[in-house]
Amino acid sequence: MSWLVGTFGTAIGKKLFMSVTGLCFCLFLVGHLAGNTLLLSGADAFNAYAAKLQSLGALLRIMEAGLIFFAVVHVGTGLYLFYQNLQARPVRYRVNASGGGQTLGSATMPYTGVLILAFLLFHLVQFTFVDKGDAGVYALVAAAFAQPFYVGLYILAMAVVGVHVSHGFWSAFQTLGMNHDKYFGLLRMGSVVFAVVLAAGFAFLPVFVGWVA
Amino acid sequence: MATIDLTLKIWRQNSPRDKGRFETLAARGISTDMSFLEMLDVVNEQLTLDGREPICFDHDCREGICGMCGAVINGRPHGPQRGTTLCQLHMRHFADGDTLAIEPFRARAFKVVKDLVVDRSALDKVMVAGGYIAANTGSAPEANATPIAAATAELAMDAAACIGCGACVAACPNASAMLFVGAKVSHLGLLPQGRPEAARRVLAMVREADRQGFGNCTNVTECEVECPKEISIANIARMNREFLKAAIASRER
Ligand code: FES
Repeated sequence: MSWLVGTFGTAIGKKLFMSVTGLCFCLFLVGHLAGNTLLLSGADAFNAYAAKLQSLGALLRIMEAGLIFFAVVHVGTGLYLFYQNLQARPVRYRVNASGGGQTLGSATMPYTGVLILAFLLFHLVQFTFVDKGDAGVYALVAAAFAQPFYVGLYILAMAVVGVHVSHGFWSAFQTLGMNHDKYFGLLRMGSVVFAVVLAAGFAFLPVFVGWVA
Repeated sequence: MATIDLTLKIWRQNSPRDKGRFETLAARGISTDMSFLEMLDVVNEQLTLDGREPICFDHDCREGICGMCGAVINGRPHGPQRGTTLCQLHMRHFADGDTLAIEPFRARAFKVVKDLVVDRSALDKVMVAGGYIAANTGSAPEANATPIAAATAELAMDAAACIGCGACVAACPNASAMLFVGAKVSHLGLLPQGRPEAARRVLAMVREADRQGFGNCTNVTECEVECPKEISIANIARMNREFLKAAIASRER
């Protein structure tokens, strides 16, 4: 048993939790975005997709439970790392400067993370844990995005997600020990491209739905 | 000989328990051919003549190979010049009239002893935990009996360039020592002579770094940029790899 604590309780062990759960969320986001693009095809297509998802029954419940568990691990470990890292430098520098290593993403990970959590809770309350009535989920989404306030809020939230993913994606590979001369540049750049595509893709949907409605 | 005048806002702290404060000192007529430490020597001579306490700072070789020197200049460990220790940083990189904030390396694991002098023995503790190989005594083995690819030897040599100055810790927003640990794990683990202890080494060194109170690496890469020996973060990934392998597949606990 002690070797388990001595493995997963260390600085590297905790980062492994962050890395594996983070990569799973990246996969989830790709799937979520792919599904949501059906919003472009109109109410019938999107409602049919929602119904199809619900018809998965137990399988869907298991996936949801998995996502919640991963979120608890990711957020919990992240907050603990943040706390420990603050403790590791009790007296701060009076003058702070960057040598150029940090990026917008890496410098703000804990903050963007907390913002994403807040957005996620709001998003779930707005579209998931809500009575969808007879009109179906598309009507709910369309009604929300007819209001510019929600469109703006979602665009902002997606920008935050993009910033978080731009560092998180390549960082997850680095933590898993995957750093190779030949692919490293590609990975760093790919991480930013992936984040931008993801954020822009998601942000486009409220704009489109709002404009159609 | 070109000379410049500088204003130093320098950290003064009498003891580990003292709260410390910035003191403003003038450094006048500094030759641009001097190193940063020589500039501090000049300031210290004046302070001594004035009957004041000179600034304490660490140094030894003054040629960038021992790892004793180091301070944070305007927020940058070892100053603004890439791949350069403080003792090798020349005053020509500063302009007449500049104000320089000079602070010690700050981390919970690095206690300030006095002024700019910090106790970096936490890094030594990490070395004691696993930074060694076993070499049998007796007649020397034939040098060519163990072939090592040139590229591998180069990688090990790059990692071995680490002088253990602690700038990575000072630069890291999390005060993590992973660039140091990664360099040591790589330097010893890349070569066949270091393989027998590889699994035990990486587990012991990573755990000891935690015990010493260093922070957790979040891949911000400030360390790589500030390292006077330009050690690559590829060494951190190698350590992560070795750690995972050792934890899951080796018999070490
Ligand atoms: S004094 Fe030896 S490295 Fe600077």
